[in-house]
This record gives sequence, structure tokens and C-alpha cells, in this order.
Amino acid sequence: MSSNFTPSSHADASVKPSNRVQSIVSAKGIEVWLVEDYTVPLLALEFSFQGGAAQDEPEKAGTSNLLSGLLDEGAGPYDSDAFQSRVEDLALDLSFNCGADFFGGTMRTLIKHRDAAFDMLRLALNEALINQNSIDRVKAQIISGLKHEEKDPNSMAAKAWRQISFQGHVYGRPVRGNYETVDTITREDILLFQSRIFARSNLKVAVVGAINASDLLRLIDTTFGNLAEKAQLINVPFIAPAGQGTTKIIPLDVPQSVIQFGSAGPLRNSPDFMSASVINHILGGGVFSARLFKEVREKRGLAYSVYSSLNCYRSAGVFVGATATKNERARESLDVIQEQIADLAQNGPTSEELINAKKYLTGSYALRFDTSSKIAGQLVQIQNEDLGIDYIDRRNSEVEAVTPEQAKNAAFELLGSGKLLVTVVGQPEGF
Amino acid sequence: MSQNQPVSSTTAITDYELENGLQIVVIEDHRTPVATHMVWYKNGSADDPQGKSGIAHFLEHLMFKGTKTHPKGEFSNIVAELGGQENAFTSVDYTAYYQRIAKEHLGTMMSFEADRMINLILSEEDVNPEREVVLEERLMRTDSDPGAQLQESIAATLFTHHPYGTPIIGWEHEIRDLNREDALDYYTRFYTPENAILIVAGDVSPEDVKRLAQETYGKIPRHNLAPQRVRTLEPAPRTARRVSMTDEKVEQPVFQQAFLVPTYRIAKGNDAEALDVLCQLLGGSSVSRLYKTLVIEKEMATNVGCWYMSTALDQAQFMLYGVPREGITLEALEQASNAVISELASNLVPEAELERAKTRLMADVIYAQDNQTSLARIYGTTLATGSSIESVAQWPQMIEAVTSEDVRRVAAKYLNPQIAVTGHLLKAA
Repeated sequence: MSSNFTPSSHADASVKPSNRVQSIVSAKGIEVWLVEDYTVPLLALEFSFQGGAAQDEPEKAGTSNLLSGLLDEGAGPYDSDAFQSRVEDLALDLSFNCGADFFGGTMRTLIKHRDAAFDMLRLALNEALINQNSIDRVKAQIISGLKHEEKDPNSMAAKAWRQISFQGHVYGRPVRGNYETVDTITREDILLFQSRIFARSNLKVAVVGAINASDLLRLIDTTFGNLAEKAQLINVPFIAPAGQGTTKIIPLDVPQSVIQFGSAGPLRNSPDFMSASVINHILGGGVFSARLFKEVREKRGLAYSVYSSLNCYRSAGVFVGATATKNERARESLDVIQEQIADLAQNGPTSEELINAKKYLTGSYALRFDTSSKIAGQLVQIQNEDLGIDYIDRRNSEVEAVTPEQAKNAAFELLGSGKLLVTVVGQPEGF
Repeated sequence: MSQNQPVSSTTAITDYELENGLQIVVIEDHRTPVATHMVWYKNGSADDPQGKSGIAHFLEHLMFKGTKTHPKGEFSNIVAELGGQENAFTSVDYTAYYQRIAKEHLGTMMSFEADRMINLILSEEDVNPEREVVLEERLMRTDSDPGAQLQESIAATLFTHHPYGTPIIGWEHEIRDLNREDALDYYTRFYTPENAILIVAGDVSPEDVKRLAQETYGKIPRHNLAPQRVRTLEPAPRTARRVSMTDEKVEQPVFQQAFLVPTYRIAKGNDAEALDVLCQLLGGSSVSRLYKTLVIEKEMATNVGCWYMSTALDQAQFMLYGVPREGITLEALEQASNAVISELASNLVPEAELERAKTRLMADVIYAQDNQTSLARIYGTTLATGSSIESVAQWPQMIEAVTSEDVRRVAAKYLNPQIAVTGHLLKAA
């Protein structure tokens, strides 16, 4: 450690964005989080509906994802070509996405096209044509993407890990479905899904940019106000990831083995979440000082990339990491990873590691708020995770509050069994 | 679009030069109390000595191994403790290092970055495992991916004489032989203040940056002569060349076509601007010519597009690609794609279509102002490839001035399949 810097206090990095977030509610009862900012003449909007691929009918897996590709394929008075031409004439960025738990979208527009941009979003959400021609085309694109990944080692390792971990559960299914299920999805399936999910009760919205609250609320009501009041969501049961202690080898003719490893992690609303985040950061977070980076990459040159992370589904928590090492040394890589996991589980982090992790996690929080789109994305995520509008202010104190004892317990809780579900794609030696 | 203000006017840009020749650009963005600090060196993989491919990239890795003053790990540990993010990247023409950090720590970053501009030390025990890391990076990015291997081969075929045909990461057999002395030789030659550009974007004032830069980078003496980038030039292509990659890991075939084109630094007239507009018209959106013809109308492809490497020191690639639908051969897709190009080379595009493409390109300039890191990259790339700061400000007007005839002219002149490299990615039978 050098003495020529002042450690950042947890307060200074994140004060600014939070002070500027307003929660406003429209006449039709839609809550929006707004950051008003006139520096750049643009506006970024992000929204999500709870209810992504986990809401697909099992034999129709991929319905939600297919819908996300169809909303800009013509809507209202515009056929597909006219809709896309208008998007380009407005230089509008409009896209829709689908994850396991959420169906979402982002819009970015120049402020001079603000009203027209909201109108395009309104049409996409309320009056999408979803005609058979578009369905066939988007299906072909999805199948092509599935093919592209079918023998990609990273995709294969991740897919196998999910399947074993979440066997029999909706989270074990690919978000995009598979060849068979995508093929069977009909227009009626898509419309049914849309009518169940696009509603006001499960909607979260955030806006950042050059707009005041009253103008925004008017536009929010015309865009989202005519959606059904209540979504019809099926319950997604909680599931504990399975398969710990299993190693699954998937042969593929590549010179390097991709190794994915992991086990159960905390849910986002678990009281242990922050302690577990600190532990994960120390083990395999995205800094050059993380243990796995130092031991696997820097000291031994075993891999270019090695990391771990906590993934929080709404109904499952996962600890998962990955690396890629030449086949001859794949066993060695996994051994080094397991040694580090065992050591952290048994001994907990050193006090220096804990202090440094907290400094990084608190100091870097502001970096998530440096563009309009990133701020809007953060605000929707905070809403999706039910953390409250004061979370931006609370968050760094929660990191600071993790005690050495909590960190040690969290390390044991997260990593203590030493049993991992491991999937390996390649021709690994020593397995 | 003519009623718009020039897009550069909303962002304050200041530039100056230190006595030792270091060029400095400050991009102000006061919305969030963070700063992006980047140092760009005007050398990349195309400056690797013959037989030492990959040395620019290998040195980029080794720059994290410590200096006389700050031993290995100290810089990265401090970046992490200050809540910063750091990384580096190597391109064909430049190598850059950056940190994103709370603004009050800018001076610390400058002090460490200036230190490693001059004080790097390398030991065998650091160099050897890092060479393995680079080999693993190559295995990951290229050797496990038939598509990436095809790309590598297309570039090697398009550039028969110019170093852009050599992969940035290097050829495997040459990476294996790179050593400590190679890295230090290269470092001494290129890592000098007169070969570097400092870019600071974020919640900073130009005066503060200048003062901090003088206290840190300003202490580094001149090396007198800026290193010269003397490169062999690519001769005019005369033949159509074809490469194909057949592999059992390919489930989805792909068609690609690469053309040799001029870039902003060397283009005559407004050829580079016209190529940018052409690229947008041809494959930049769902209403582009390729998409409308091949995906929507003829239903031959699931996806198509193109990219143009417009910021490069020498002649570079314009790449077009298409993913065929089930039952469509790559030959059929190629033929249909050639017809689209030929149409653009023969007839003027309607005014509305031209305006639509320009609108998107100019809007992207405004969107870029929302992201300090993007802005820093735009200025870094521009300056490191021989264009000026003024050219960034002038770009929207230059794009606006592109006519339908300009687009037709560059399509006819450069997108000629008879002198292109065509690549096919194929599934093993």
C-alpha cells in the first residue's frame, strides 16, 4: 500500500445520483423513477415486466423470448418496414429483451423526437402486429442463434450447468427454448403470453434525461396506461441448485477446456447477501487482485479469464464461476480453484482482504451511474429487487457494515461444503 | 438535420501539449463525480517487428508487472482499493491503458501511469507465466472457434504485404518465442511522452488536469524523436480470393466478404465519409439494403450486416456478412449479396434513404456524449490514427455533405467482389 492517496469514504461516491432520483406516480397509478438532467439532449427509458421465460409453458419454451423479437416488427398503422423506417428516421434506439424472470425493454431518443419516440414504444407495447411472416422470420433468427451456440464451448458448459443445477425446474430450460419448442410456438401462444404479462401491476419504469415530471407522467400514461391492470403470473417455486459434487465432462474437439463451477448462493433478499457479495468479490470478483485471478492467471499462467459471481434469480440463488485452460492443465486449474475455495471457506478472508474488498465495492458504486442508460438500468433493477428508492444511499453503508465474523460465516455458508457442480467442455486431461 | 447545432458544441473539449511532447485532451462531463483516465500510445500490432508478432499485445500484459518505484500488483491494488476499474487494449495502430475512478483520485492514477511510462521492470518469473496467459487467450479467442479462425484467415489473405494481415495477438509460434528483451526493446522504442496521448474525460477541469499532468507526466524527459511508423504498403488487389473453413463444430454456416478500402487518414476527397454512409445504408439497420433484400424480401438470410474500419492508419477492411436461412447455400447468398452491391454501385439511392442513414450516424454522435468513456475512445482512436481533434467536430457536417453520387461512387470503386476476399464457414459433412 502506498501512502499517497486518501481512501474514499463510503458517502462521497454515491451521493449525487440518489439525490436526484424522484419517485413520481401517474394519474393511472404508474410509478416512475425519474432523474431529470438537461446536460445532453436525450432521454433514456428502461422498463420491465416481472415474468420472463419462467412464465413460458414448458412445451412452448422460448415464447417470451420470441415475443421480445416481434414487438418492433410492425405495430398500429405501420407494417414491419414502415415501423423500422420510422425508428431510423427518428434515430431511435428501441429494443426488447427477455430473461428468466423479467421481460424488459430500453428506449433512447434524441429529445427533439421525444413524443414521437414514446408513441413508437406505445405502439410496440399495445398494438404490435405479430403477423405470421414476422413470426417465421424471427423464429429462423432464433434457431440460427441456437445453432451458432450449439458447439460453442462456453455456451455448452453454461447450458449443461443450468440443466443439472435446475433439473425439472423452469430455470433449467434455456430462455430461448430449443429447436423443438420454438418450432411449435403459435401466434396464439404469443398473444396469450403477452396478455398475461404486459400489465401495470408488474411494471417497473425508470427515465433519465431532459424531461420534467409532468410531461413525463402524461407520456407514461399514454404509453403504459392502457395495459391490463393485473398480470396473470404463475408461481415460480423456489429451488435450491442441485448437483454439487458432480463433475460432468462433455467432449468437444477443442484445444482448451471450458470449466464452469458453482453451487448454491444467497437470494437477493437474504440478510447474508451483502456478506456473500464481499466474499465472492475476494474470491473471483472483477479486479486483478481477486484470489482466483492471482492464483490461476498471474502466478501460474493457467488461463486468460477466471471469475466467480453471484446470480440472483427471483426464486433461486446461485454461485457460479468459469475459466478456460488448455486441456493438458485443466485438472490443475480446477484444483487451484478448489484449493482457494476451501481455504476461504475454512479460514475466511484476511482482515486486509475484507478492508480492500469494502473499499472497492463502495468506491466503485458510482461507476454504475455515469451514463443515462446505465442509471435507468440500475433504477429498474433496484425496483425489481424491491430494495427501495433509498437503496442508493443505503447500499454502501450495508457493504461497510459487514463484520469480519459475518464475512467468515458467509464464506463458510457459501463455500463450506467444498462440493461444486462442475461442467467441463473440451478434452480435459486428468479427469 | 441542418437546423441542428453542431453536435460538438455541447461538450467542452480542451487540448494542449506538454513540453516533452505529450498531447493532452480533456473532455468535460460534470454529471457524475467520476473520471476516465486513458493513455494511448501511437503503436499497435502493425508495428510489431518482423517475426515478433504479438509483441505489442504481450507488452500490454506485461505493463501490469510493476516498476522500479512500485512493485508488481501495487498499481492494480490501489486502483481496486480506490474503487476504480482498469484495463488496457491493443489494436493494430494503438495500445491504450485506462482507469475509471472517482474524480478525486485522478492525480494518483496519473502518478502511477506516468511512472510506468518510464520505469517498467520485467523479470523472467513474471514474463514466463504471462506468455502462457497470452497463449491461453489465443486458445480462447481463436483456436477454439472456427469462425474466429476464418476471420484470421480472411485478414491474412486480404493483406498480402501490409501488417494488418497479422493477428493482433500474434501467431502462436511467434508468441512462444517472445521474450523479456523483445518486450523491453519495444517498450523503450515506443513508450515515450512524444508518442503518447493523455485523455481525461469526466468531472474535471482542464486547469486541474494540466497541473496534475505537469507534476506527473511532465517530469518525464523527451526522447527527442517521436518513433516513426514505417509500414509496407498493400499493393492494389487484382484478384478474387476465396477461403473456407470447414469444421464439425460449425452448426450455422456464415458468408463473409472483405474489401480493401481507404480510411479517414488516407482517403481522397470524402471517400471515407461516403464509405461510412454506405456502410449504414448497406447493413446498418433493419431497413438497410442487405437486410431488406436478403432477410425480408428474398428470405434467404436470418441476419446480414457490415462494418467498416474507418479509423486506421493505412488501408483497412470493409466487411460484409450474411447468415443463411435453412436450405440456402452460401453460394446463393453470395450471389444475392453481390446483386445488392451492384445495384448500389450502378444507381443512385433515393434521397429519403440517404437522409435516413445520415440521421442515424449523426444521432450516434449525440448519444456518444452521454458516455464519457465512449467520448474518450473516440478522441483516442482519432488522434492515434493520424486524424485531428478538429476532424471530430467537423465529422457531422462532413457526413451531412455526402451525396447519393458519393455513395454510388465509393460502392463502385471499392466494393468490387472481383478483388475481394470471400470467406465461407461451413459445417463438416
